[in-house]
Amino acid sequence: MAKKLYKGNEAFAEAAIRAGCEGFFGYPITPSTEFLEYMAKRMPELGRAFVQAESEVAAINMVYGAACTGKRVMTASSSPGISLMMEGISYIAGTELPCVVINVMRGGPGLGNIAPSQGDYYQMVKGGGHGDYFPIALAPSTVQEAVDSIALAFDLAEKYRSIVHILVDGNLGQMMEPCEMPPMQPLRETPPDWAVSGAKGREKRILSSIYIDPPDEEVTNLRLLKRWMEIEASEVRYDELHTEDAEIAIIAFGTAGRVASTAVRQARAEGIKAGLFRPITLAPFPKKEIAALAKRTKRILVVEMNTGMMLDDVSRVIEGKVPIEFYGRLGGVTPLPDEIYDEIMRISHNIDAPAPENPRMEWVTRLEKILEGEN
Amino acid sequence: MAIAEPKIVYQRPTSLATRVTHYCPGCTHGVAHRLIAEVLDEMELREKTIGVAPVGCSVFAYNYFDHDYVEAAHGRAPAMATGIKRMLPKNTVYTYQGDGDLASIGMAEIMHAAARGENITVVFINNAIYGMTGGQMAPTTLPGMVTTSSPGGRDIESMGYPVRMAEILSTLDGAGYVVRRSLHDPNNIRKAKKAIRLAFETQERGLGFSLVELLSSCPTNWKLSPVDALQFIEDKMIPMFPLGDYKVNPEIGKLRV
Repeated sequence: MAKKLYKGNEAFAEAAIRAGCEGFFGYPITPSTEFLEYMAKRMPELGRAFVQAESEVAAINMVYGAACTGKRVMTASSSPGISLMMEGISYIAGTELPCVVINVMRGGPGLGNIAPSQGDYYQMVKGGGHGDYFPIALAPSTVQEAVDSIALAFDLAEKYRSIVHILVDGNLGQMMEPCEMPPMQPLRETPPDWAVSGAKGREKRILSSIYIDPPDEEVTNLRLLKRWMEIEASEVRYDELHTEDAEIAIIAFGTAGRVASTAVRQARAEGIKAGLFRPITLAPFPKKEIAALAKRTKRILVVEMNTGMMLDDVSRVIEGKVPIEFYGRLGGVTPLPDEIYDEIMRISHNIDAPAPENPRMEWVTRLEKILEGEN
Repeated sequence: MAIAEPKIVYQRPTSLATRVTHYCPGCTHGVAHRLIAEVLDEMELREKTIGVAPVGCSVFAYNYFDHDYVEAAHGRAPAMATGIKRMLPKNTVYTYQGDGDLASIGMAEIMHAAARGENITVVFINNAIYGMTGGQMAPTTLPGMVTTSSPGGRDIESMGYPVRMAEILSTLDGAGYVVRRSLHDPNNIRKAKKAIRLAFETQERGLGFSLVELLSSCPTNWKLSPVDALQFIEDKMIPMFPLGDYKVNPEIGKLRV
């Protein structure tokens, strides 16, 4: 199939339809609204379910009910809306239901703004809802990759009866980019053996997140953990650019990763051995691969559009074996390739300097200088 | 003289599971459960019914029914039921909710399910108190009524007035059948059963949102004997929450069951 020019949110929505999504429940919020608008038109055309809910709270609980039927269902929202959904997300996790939640992240906390951000890393990657559970978290960096990640998200959700979060930001949601749509997948004909459908000719089924006796909940938490360990062992995904011989290895995801790739190419063109490691699954986090990267590189630079959330995960994996530096832009500001290139050059000139004692603190000092210059 | 063959005139409905109750003595949840089960049997809906349990005393409602059930978050049962019904429009979907669940934390979800004309049935248990958490003030608590969170009695100056859900919901165009009944005596229980039947008939005919509000007793948290609690419904609750038909689709009005 030929490439077509799509707006990010609309491309994601069409991809969800082609991946067999039979139910979409959402609430308008910038910068994810076009997803809902697209679904409002397309889902009824195909005889599939679409409801504009009264709130994100209701939307995710509609997803919860719909997921109980074993069909492919999802919602899409943006940061403040995702916060409202966290109750339902926890219940879905506790009931072990598959569903896909897309967060087109924006600046925060609070109402923040509508510009692209990666500030929901902790919320999306670590869980965000109450209780002991582990979501899968995917972080595509282009419209095409996001499109492809949606079918993958549904497959993973079903395989592990898990929530799959897809983290994109306002850049990806709003930008237009050529992409190739996957073919339309046939819909699932028979529900899975755990779904509710009416107890015709079988024992009744109950889907619940209640385990009122603590030992039962303990067994459930353990089951979720073991499933998670299986996911960690087999579902790690990442992308690499020039990391084989990189002396300076950038680790960045999503839009930050994409911007970093431009800076890496620019540095390479000038003979600087820079590389990029881009986690595609933020959960499970590519721990082994980053640990291996640390062994062959001289310095690591983590770049994010937040105050260094993934930095914590990278630091934990690296265990001080190689110096780590950090660069981030905040509050809905997307870094330019030049800024990351400047960071590469700065590090390249001091490649053998002692490791920064506190990479975040040193970045704050540098950023404040940059902000003075920008204003 | 030959003894006539024994005839069964009363037995446990198939839709009701064999399960020892966890409800308090004198609580009317058991009566409400049974009425729903009888209706599902009579209409032969058991095999396609999916119930949505609330959070509250009836959080374990799914244990008492022998059909598919899911368990919602507090107040969200109408949203969850919406999700199920939209995916499985041929199935019968109902929620079972108390007053704290439906009229407090779940006010938005119930209002909008009704406004959308969502083809689901809601059985709303109004006992004017939070039972599960031990007797706190509910949105339906009567003025002056003593609860653990209105220890001096519900003071309307600072705590406001009870909410009459059946009346409010009946104003919405999406509602097909909205009535209030009571479970305090056999006559009213029979009327309640008929209302539940008509609510499910509304759903089966695709006539929109249906809700039966049932005035119910909570002897434990009202600190009354079971008999006095039933009297309390008649003397105190019915004057505040008048029984009646608030919205009946004409097609259902003509129905004889």
